[in-house]
Amino acid sequence: MKILVCISKSPDTTSKIAFTDNNTKFDENGVQYIVNPYDEWYALVRALELKETIGGNVTIVTVGNAGDEAIIRKALAIGADEAVRIDADPTDAYFTAIQIAEYAKANGFDLVLTGKETINYNGSQVGGMIAEAMDLPFISLATKLDAVGSTLTLEREIVGGVQVLEVQSPVVVSCAKGMAEQRIPNMRGIMAARTKPLHVIAPVAVDLLTSYTTYTMPNTKSACKIIDPSNMDELVELLHNEAKVI
Amino acid sequence: MRTDLYTHPDYFNMDDLLSDEHKLVRDSARAWVKKEVSPIIDEHYEKATFPNNLLSGLGEIGAFGPYIPEEYGGPGLDHISYGLIMQELERCDSGLRSTASVQSSLVMYPIWKYGSEEQKQKYLPKLATGEMMGCFGLTEPDHGSNPGGMTTNFKDAGDGENVILNGAKMWISNAPFADIAVVWAKDETGRIYGIVVERGMEGFSTPEMHGKLSLRASSTGELIFVDVKVPKSHILPGRSGLGAPLSCLDSARFGIAWGALGAAMDCYDQALRYSKERTQFGVPIGAFQLIQKKLAEMITEITKAQLLTLRLGQLRNEGKATSAQISMAKRNNVEIALNIAREARQIHGGMGITSEYSIMRHMANLESVVTYEGTHDIHLLITGMDITGIPAFTREMPDLK
Repeated sequence: MKILVCISKSPDTTSKIAFTDNNTKFDENGVQYIVNPYDEWYALVRALELKETIGGNVTIVTVGNAGDEAIIRKALAIGADEAVRIDADPTDAYFTAIQIAEYAKANGFDLVLTGKETINYNGSQVGGMIAEAMDLPFISLATKLDAVGSTLTLEREIVGGVQVLEVQSPVVVSCAKGMAEQRIPNMRGIMAARTKPLHVIAPVAVDLLTSYTTYTMPNTKSACKIIDPSNMDELVELLHNEAKVI
Repeated sequence: MRTDLYTHPDYFNMDDLLSDEHKLVRDSARAWVKKEVSPIIDEHYEKATFPNNLLSGLGEIGAFGPYIPEEYGGPGLDHISYGLIMQELERCDSGLRSTASVQSSLVMYPIWKYGSEEQKQKYLPKLATGEMMGCFGLTEPDHGSNPGGMTTNFKDAGDGENVILNGAKMWISNAPFADIAVVWAKDETGRIYGIVVERGMEGFSTPEMHGKLSLRASSTGELIFVDVKVPKSHILPGRSGLGAPLSCLDSARFGIAWGALGAAMDCYDQALRYSKERTQFGVPIGAFQLIQKKLAEMITEITKAQLLTLRLGQLRNEGKATSAQISMAKRNNVEIALNIAREARQIHGGMGITSEYSIMRHMANLESVVTYEGTHDIHLLITGMDITGIPAFTREMPDLK
C-alpha cells in the first residue's frame, strides 16, 4: 500500500506564545517546534504499522521552509521511507491542502493520512480539503483503521458509541487518538534517517482566500479565592457581585 | 513519583548551537527515559535493585558506545551526542548513567581504541545492543586515587597460549552481571596492560557489594581473580602503561560532566515549578526574595556549566580536549549539581526528602559521582598541576624522628 502521511510542525507545548506585526503573526522567535502529535503519534505510526503488516511504502509530506527539516528528519527516524517538503510558507489550510493534493494526485497514493488537527491552530480542515481537491472520500477523526486489499475498515467515535465504516481506497483519513501508540525514534532509525531521500519541490500557485486580522491572548487566570465552607453568605455574595454568574 | 514533567532550562539559547541530529538524539533519549525509566526508578532505588529490563532499551537509544563506528555496530555519532545521552540518563538517575558510561567509555572505548580487529568484531556489536554487558577493573582496595600502585598482575602460564591473572578490583560498576571485564593488570616487568576477562573463566568471581546509600539502582561489585587462566589473545595489544586506562577515564569523565549537569537541571526544573505552585502566606514561595536568590543562582551556574560543557564537546569532537580540561568540567559540574540539589531540596521543604521528588535521590547519587572517576580533590590537583607544571599528588613522608 502506498501511503502519504501529511505532517505539520507545531510549537512545543512549553513554548511561550507571543505575536508580532501588530498581533497578526505568530512570533517564532525562540520557539522550538515538534512534529504535530496527531500527525506523528497516530497518522504516521498507523501508516508504518500498515506497511509492516501488509507491505508498501510510507512517504511524508509537509508544506514548509528549510527550517522544518528537523521535524522531517524525526519522522524519517521514526520509520517513514522518504520525505517531501513543498517549499512554501503554509499560509492557511486551503493553501496547504491544495499543495499536498497536487503532489498526491501526481504520485498516486492509495491512502492519505493526516492528524485530526494541529495543536496550535486546531483547524481540522486540511484533510477534508485535500479529499475535495482530489475528489476522494474523506473520513474524519478515525480511531481505528485496517486494510484488506483495497477495502479499508475504519472506526469513528460518535456520541454514545462507535461508528464502523468501510471504504475503498484511495481515500483521505484524519487520525485521532486511539489509532496507534507513540513510537520513540531509536538509534537505528536516527542513523537510517541520515540517508533517506528528502525531496524539495516547488509549490503551485494558489489564490490566498483568507488573511489574519488579529490574534489575542486569553485573559490570564486570576488567583483562586478560597472560602470557608461555613461562610456561604460570602460565597453567594462573590458569585453574585464579582463573578456575576448568579 | 509524580508525572515526569521535565523540560531542560536553556537560558542562553544553547539549543541553537546543536544540530538537528543532536536534538533528535537528545529528545529521543528523553522521551524513552520518561516512558520507561521515570515510572520505575524509585522502586529500584529503594529496593537497591538494578533494572535489567532496561538494557536493550539503552542499546536502542544509543546509550552504549554512541561514538563507536557503524562497522563495529555503533551509531557513529559524535561526542556531543554521547554527552547529551549521558545528560538525559543522569537527569533521571546517576546509576543509570553510570551503567551506560561504564559500557561506553570503559569497556567499548578501550576495545575500540586498543583492541585487535578480532576483539573488536567479537565484542563491540554485542556490547552496542546491550546483549553483552561489560565492566572495568582499575580501582583496587588499596589503590584508588593511585591506580599506578595496583597489585593485580599476570604472568606467563608457560604453555605458550595463556597468562595467569591474580588480584582483586573493588567498586566496580556493573560487575555483578557483566559478561566481560576489561581488567588492568601488571605484567612481570610491572607494565600495565588491559585484559578482557570473560565470565565463566575458572577462578574469576564478581561478588556484589551491599550497603550502598548512593547509586542504589546501579549494581556494584568486586572482581576477584585467583589463578585465572586467560588466553593471550585477550590482552589488548594496542597500548600499555597507565595512560591506557587513564584515556578511558577521560572519556568517562567527559560523559560524567554532561551527566551531572543533567542531574542539576532536573533539580532546578523541579524547584522552579514547585516554587510557583507552593503557596505560603498567601503567595507562591517563588515570590520571596530568598527563594528567587536560590533559583537565580542555580540557573546562573547551570548556564555557565552548559557553556563549558558544550565547548568541551566541541574540543573533544576536534580531538583537542585535554585531560585537564575534562577534569575541570567533571569537577565543576558535579560540584554545582550537588549544590543545586541541596538548594532545590530546601526549596521543597519537607517534601524534598520524599521519593515523590527525585532531588534527594540525585543528592545521594552525586556523593558517589563526586568521588568516583577521580575525586573532587584529585581533579583540583590535576588543574593545579596543569597550570603550575608541578604535580602535587605525592608527598615524601617526613622523618618524624
